[in-house]
Amino acid sequence: MLRLGALGCIIGLLVTFSAQAVFVENQLDDTALEARARHISEGIRCLVCQNQSILDSNADLAKDLRKIVRERIQLGESDDQVRSFLVTRYGDWVLLDPPFKLRTVFLWFGPLFIFLGGGIAVFFFMRGRSQNRLDDQPEKLTASEKAELDKLLHPDESGRAS
Amino acid sequence: MRLRFLAPVLTFAAIAAIMWYALFNLNPKEIPSEMISKPLPEFDLAAVPDYGPALATADLASGKITLLNVFASWCVACLAEHPFFMDLKRQNLVDIYGLNYKDTPDAAAQWLSRHGNPYMRTGMDIKGRVGIDLGVYGVPETFVISADGKILDKIIGPVSKDIFDTRIRPFLQGTGS
Amino acid sequence: MVAEIGQFVLILALVTACFQGVLPLIGAARGNAPLMHFADNAAFVQFVAISGAFACLTIGYVTSDFSILNVASNSHSLKPMLYKVSGVWGNHEGSLLLWGWILALFGFAVALFGRNLPDSLKARVLAIQGLIGVGFLMFVLFTSNPFERLDPAPLDGSGLNPLLQDPGLAFHPPFLYLGYVGLSVTFSFAIAALIEGRVDPAWARWVRPWTLAAWGFLTIGIALGSWWAYYELGWGGWWFWDPVENASFMPWLAATALLHSAIVVEKRDALKNWTILLAIIAFSFSLLGTFLVRSGVLTSVHAFASDPARGVFILIFLIVVIGGSLLLYGIRAPMMKGGGLFAPISREGALVLNNLLLSTAAATVLLGTLYPIFLDAFTGAKVSVGPPYFVSTFLPLVVPLIIAMAFGPFLPWKRGDLTGVLTRLKFALAAALLFAGVVWWWQSNAPVMALVGMGLFAWLLVGTILEWAERIKLFRGPLTSSWKRLVQLPRSSHGMTMAHIGIALVVLGITASEAWQTEHLGVMKPGEQISVGGYDFQFEGAENVAGPNYEALRGTFIASTGGGKGILMYPEQRRYTNPPMETTEAAIRPMLTADLYVVIGDADGKGGYATRIYHKPFISWIWIGAFVMFAGGALSLSDRRLRLGAPKRARSPGAKEKALTGAKG
Repeated sequence: MLRLGALGCIIGLLVTFSAQAVFVENQLDDTALEARARHISEGIRCLVCQNQSILDSNADLAKDLRKIVRERIQLGESDDQVRSFLVTRYGDWVLLDPPFKLRTVFLWFGPLFIFLGGGIAVFFFMRGRSQNRLDDQPEKLTASEKAELDKLLHPDESGRAS
Repeated sequence: MRLRFLAPVLTFAAIAAIMWYALFNLNPKEIPSEMISKPLPEFDLAAVPDYGPALATADLASGKITLLNVFASWCVACLAEHPFFMDLKRQNLVDIYGLNYKDTPDAAAQWLSRHGNPYMRTGMDIKGRVGIDLGVYGVPETFVISADGKILDKIIGPVSKDIFDTRIRPFLQGTGS
Repeated sequence: MVAEIGQFVLILALVTACFQGVLPLIGAARGNAPLMHFADNAAFVQFVAISGAFACLTIGYVTSDFSILNVASNSHSLKPMLYKVSGVWGNHEGSLLLWGWILALFGFAVALFGRNLPDSLKARVLAIQGLIGVGFLMFVLFTSNPFERLDPAPLDGSGLNPLLQDPGLAFHPPFLYLGYVGLSVTFSFAIAALIEGRVDPAWARWVRPWTLAAWGFLTIGIALGSWWAYYELGWGGWWFWDPVENASFMPWLAATALLHSAIVVEKRDALKNWTILLAIIAFSFSLLGTFLVRSGVLTSVHAFASDPARGVFILIFLIVVIGGSLLLYGIRAPMMKGGGLFAPISREGALVLNNLLLSTAAATVLLGTLYPIFLDAFTGAKVSVGPPYFVSTFLPLVVPLIIAMAFGPFLPWKRGDLTGVLTRLKFALAAALLFAGVVWWWQSNAPVMALVGMGLFAWLLVGTILEWAERIKLFRGPLTSSWKRLVQLPRSSHGMTMAHIGIALVVLGITASEAWQTEHLGVMKPGEQISVGGYDFQFEGAENVAGPNYEALRGTFIASTGGGKGILMYPEQRRYTNPPMETTEAAIRPMLTADLYVVIGDADGKGGYATRIYHKPFISWIWIGAFVMFAGGALSLSDRRLRLGAPKRARSPGAKEKALTGAKG
């Protein structure tokens, strides 16, 4: 299926880098505003590219969206207003920085859960290993402690649990 | 005791199950419309020359379910769905409106004369701004519009008979939500 | 003809791999020596056969035999020879063949260098390698046959994606695959240990060189890939947190953790279960990456043309290999017993912290990469997880990791003294504060993270060197005795020092280039001058030039710092015809203090050209650092104690010795 002819598909490795890195286009005269426009564009995902921001793409739609970002900035809108203009049309998908919402709770807190889970496991493991003298049959105890560690430290599992 | 050691394999099983589901059911390139159940954005566009009348938001609050098809003469996939739209017009099943996206008047008119005109009205979105207001990101896209001019659904890519039967017909029969 | 031979030897390899995967396992279970030794021969035959297949495909490419479908769709007669050869692995089918070949190469290497391994362990390791080979060769033969014929043959091929016609990318996949597939050896050792129900310091020592080699190759493979992205794509970026990049980063993180946890097994006979699990996970990440890249479940800038049938095959393969090995782990791991005491403040304690942070980092990358799929599967909502997420979750993990990296090597095994270490690190702390202070004084509007980054760089660099100086007793006696210690210390300890210094250099490169990069983007007319990062860039003009298989618009820029001689720079925008595609060739002047980076784009029709000019301070140090890490790994690998063929020498007394003889007997 060919969509938006701007990006042809080349079969093989690395399908669709938009290969052009610089474009002729009008920038805002005010450098501070232009910098803001570029900062926003950098965080907006290009819809027709594979995985690029609109700042890096020469796809037609990306150009249009960059233009819209600049216009809105010039109209005096805040960064958030510009972003929400795009989000109401294209959804959260366009934000490369996923917003903190109910649906992204596990995404944002996941690493913390994983770390805390692992940290608790390490704590118990260490406590078990440092309190018991060698003659207290440490092997039996430590095996179970280690099980705890293995279970909690395992990244995949924690990743899912979170 | 054993269960702890089985946790990794259980975790993997869950991930693998999701991957299996994703492989067959999910399409990462298809981004669902954010506009569903929202009213159409305001626009008032001139018609493709000789393929009028013109198209404005109010025209789409037509009192019945209609389709708004985004097309362009440069779009190859549009050719795939075009004959089906011509069929729909002949059968008079549903009114189709055409939004000509980022095209030139001449090329669009030529294209319609060559392949036929299935549309009640056409509107030229030369700069693509209406398309962006609608959340269009590729051509073709087809919006299902309610009687009072709200967006009910969006079909990304060419509409085929199958897609029409599963995703558009229920709305026409009043069973779609 | 050549394709038929290739096809035939590939089938031969598959048959051999089947036997290699079964007979030695039976032999090891029954104590049948001939069956166990069969593994060596099978590994050799398999290696020769796949080498033959690889040679056949290469011949097809070199002679531009377009009756082979794979050659016709990926090569072109006018392509330079280097890219005809690298085109062999620049596509899905050929890259899988390379994968299979490297797998057989590692199997053969184990057979060759593993002479000091106990027979049963070696037989089992090779059998597991054989079973992985069965899966891969079946994948190649049934879904991705590189030797498929095309009839009638076209007059010419459709060419290789011009972005791949680049020396950096020609060698990036082989190194990356050496890393990915190298982890299969560690994996096979782990599975063999689970079957035998025994992990001991000797096992850890046998595994270490393979892990080191895989880690080193992964490091250099990832570095080459990011270097390529830096100079070929023309955006000046080098890491995009793209799913495919993440797919290579996750095994690297796991392998780094494994490298460290295996030391604990070797020295303290502890963390055995965890190390086994890490070995399984590291290779699983490699396989998962293959699945993500080739199945089309994620969108990535690098994705191969995807095919659902291939996705299904790899997923089934993944379920069998990863699921099977984790199940085996679940059943057998509880029987493994851990070692003795474990004080939090000790070398092993520091290594546990290292593992906790690295594992969390790997899990975070996994979570971020797969979250869009999870969310889509459960709610139908789409979300993008881009660079900002990874940066903000990664930094809190990396900062403590680097702080701890300076501490760890100072701590002795079993029991350490934190205040003692702190006293010895006071110079590093002073250096960090001083350096950050100087930077702050010089660049008073620098972001806080930049100061933190510069401080961390100084801390890690000075801390690592202090520890090294202490180890060789530098300035604590005559220099000759320090030299003597330097020579006598195991190379692996110098390797560790080097690798840690490499990390410090990478931190410097990332921090400085992110914080103090300056950029100019806009249309320039010939004769126009612009100042970026203290350099004046004079745009002389642009002209059309012809290359071997492309045409280019070439701009001429002169960069100068006022007085001295200017630096000539020639950025190009190339238009390839086979296949038709444009690429950007940035002109880069790498220097130790900064890179100058110039890109030229379209003409604006009024005599001007779109240009982008960067001044990127210290960015080269990212790749210098990566290379230093690789060199550290290589130095460590050359350690006599790890040299694979070397006969066993006297080892440290005690439990380790017993374990060794136990494992041998």
